[in-house]
Amino acid sequence: MKKVFDRPVSLKDVQTHFCPGCHHGTIHRLVAEAMDHFDVQNRTIGVASVGCSVFLYGYFDIDVVEAPHGRAPAVATGVKRVHKDKIVFTYQGDGDLAAIGTSEIIHAANRGEGLTVIFVNNTTYGMTGGQMAPTTLPGQKTVTSPYGRDVGSDGYPIRMAELLANLEGTAYSVRVSVNSPKNILEAGRAIKKAFGYQVENRGFSFVEVLSACPTNWGMDALKANERVGAEMIPYFPLAVFKESDR
Amino acid sequence: MSNRLFVKGNEAVAMGALEAGCRYYFGYPITPQSDIPEYMSRELPKLGGEFIQAESEVASINMLLGASACGARAMTSSSSPGISLKQEGISYMAGSELPGLIVNICRSGPGLGGIDASQADYFQAVKGGGHGGYHIIVLAPDSVQEMYDLSMLAFDLSDRYRIPAMLLGDSVIGQMKEALIPHRYQPADLPAKDWAVAGKGNRGKQTIVKSLYLGDGELEAHNWRLHKRYDLLKQHEVRYESFECEDAQLLVTAFGSAARIAKTAIRMARAEGLKVGLLRPITLFPFPEKAFLQATSTSKRVLCVELNAGQMVEDVRLSVARDADVFFYGRPPGAGSLPTPEELLAQIRKYYEGK
Repeated sequence: MKKVFDRPVSLKDVQTHFCPGCHHGTIHRLVAEAMDHFDVQNRTIGVASVGCSVFLYGYFDIDVVEAPHGRAPAVATGVKRVHKDKIVFTYQGDGDLAAIGTSEIIHAANRGEGLTVIFVNNTTYGMTGGQMAPTTLPGQKTVTSPYGRDVGSDGYPIRMAELLANLEGTAYSVRVSVNSPKNILEAGRAIKKAFGYQVENRGFSFVEVLSACPTNWGMDALKANERVGAEMIPYFPLAVFKESDR
Repeated sequence: MSNRLFVKGNEAVAMGALEAGCRYYFGYPITPQSDIPEYMSRELPKLGGEFIQAESEVASINMLLGASACGARAMTSSSSPGISLKQEGISYMAGSELPGLIVNICRSGPGLGGIDASQADYFQAVKGGGHGGYHIIVLAPDSVQEMYDLSMLAFDLSDRYRIPAMLLGDSVIGQMKEALIPHRYQPADLPAKDWAVAGKGNRGKQTIVKSLYLGDGELEAHNWRLHKRYDLLKQHEVRYESFECEDAQLLVTAFGSAARIAKTAIRMARAEGLKVGLLRPITLFPFPEKAFLQATSTSKRVLCVELNAGQMVEDVRLSVARDADVFFYGRPPGAGSLPTPEELLAQIRKYYEGK
């Protein structure tokens, strides 16, 4: 019999701490599959950010450096400049990448650093308890936007994949989601492609993944998953925004 | 390499760092230290190294964190307001046990201040300028030669103890030109960097560089481990200069450029027959506590001179305990506030009488 499904070797055989219905586990698996696909587990260095994703060294069986809040692209730049032949990726949430770390992500992309960035967008600060994020949707209630996000005073959700696609240094920028089997397959292909860009030394690659945070959204796992499709995708369209042929 | 060169202090730091094998520089322009990134941007590419002018001081210290996590010899440099921005990364480097050289060519403050020489960053440098209760190694050169020598030493100490090192100069030391006799770096016998990330390779086991310890008692144990290392620094790595201290009735203490002015004042005082000496800390952390205790077994009066309103004087008082009277003379920085040797001589005369 042919084995058609197995745990990626880049992923440890452990249970995750993530809440039921959280998409981090799925996204972790897709990233691990990409590493396996290119057989780069032993020459990959992950950069962990702050928040729920910091524990990625507990799940990925690879070398990891932990970065301060928002600074993962800068830390990864330092890593990649020393290890030019290694695969370096960051894994960051929306508060991390689109608020405190906006400067670092824009400039790393603009320099065309040979990095792959996995950006998990769940429209909230997860670990700190569900505060308003730069990606929180208009009208969305969070613990710091209890009356719903008011774009008049809070501004608008930032579309990072579109923003970074505008930069000359960005080679690949895409937004995907993991809310359905079809979208998961699509996300897996995008993440593989993003790692492929780095393997082939083609510059900076960016994958925004729409993801659920049932606990902080105050929803059960199914409702939260439905919200990704019903509310998030209309505002954050799934698309390839840049695909450089250089 | 025995040529006598006439170079700026800032250039000497860069030259010493390159000679010590530093191949990665990350920084952001700020006066009065920009000669350092300028030198590095010119010389590093020739050596196959990497220079990045980062988008901010925050980014540059984190690039240093990343390069250091790979085991590379790497550095950043800045001046006071920029060093404030780097404190986040310095705290993370301290927590992650990462070496690295951070040069602070101090200017005046607080806030934007000015570009005049100042020693008002002493507290920030030696007491752990970022959060969390840590120390870094702090070296205070008083000459262009020491800018060169101590940048090499900073890398060695930092690598040996896995503690970030800061070279604390100021705009006088950074901007002045004087003779430098360069010499070859003698590689120290340092432990292998088996903690560095490189991809798992064939090791079979992952390497993690982190400062997060959430398990019961883990963080406390980690902190005690760090603090034991600070004690080792105090035992083995204290450095200071003793000048005319043997028979001194009054001990003057100062570091960096203030020590140069003080030394001139002491020579003037000696010419008048006053028995005055200078104890100049070279390591500000670890602080030469025992040297002060020893010196004050004979000299019961200490005058601390600083280019600030009084910071190191607190460590001097702690070091001498109750064995000596400690006086302070300093001026907060600003244009025209650098004390003259005559001004310090007047202070020496005043405290020599034991007032």
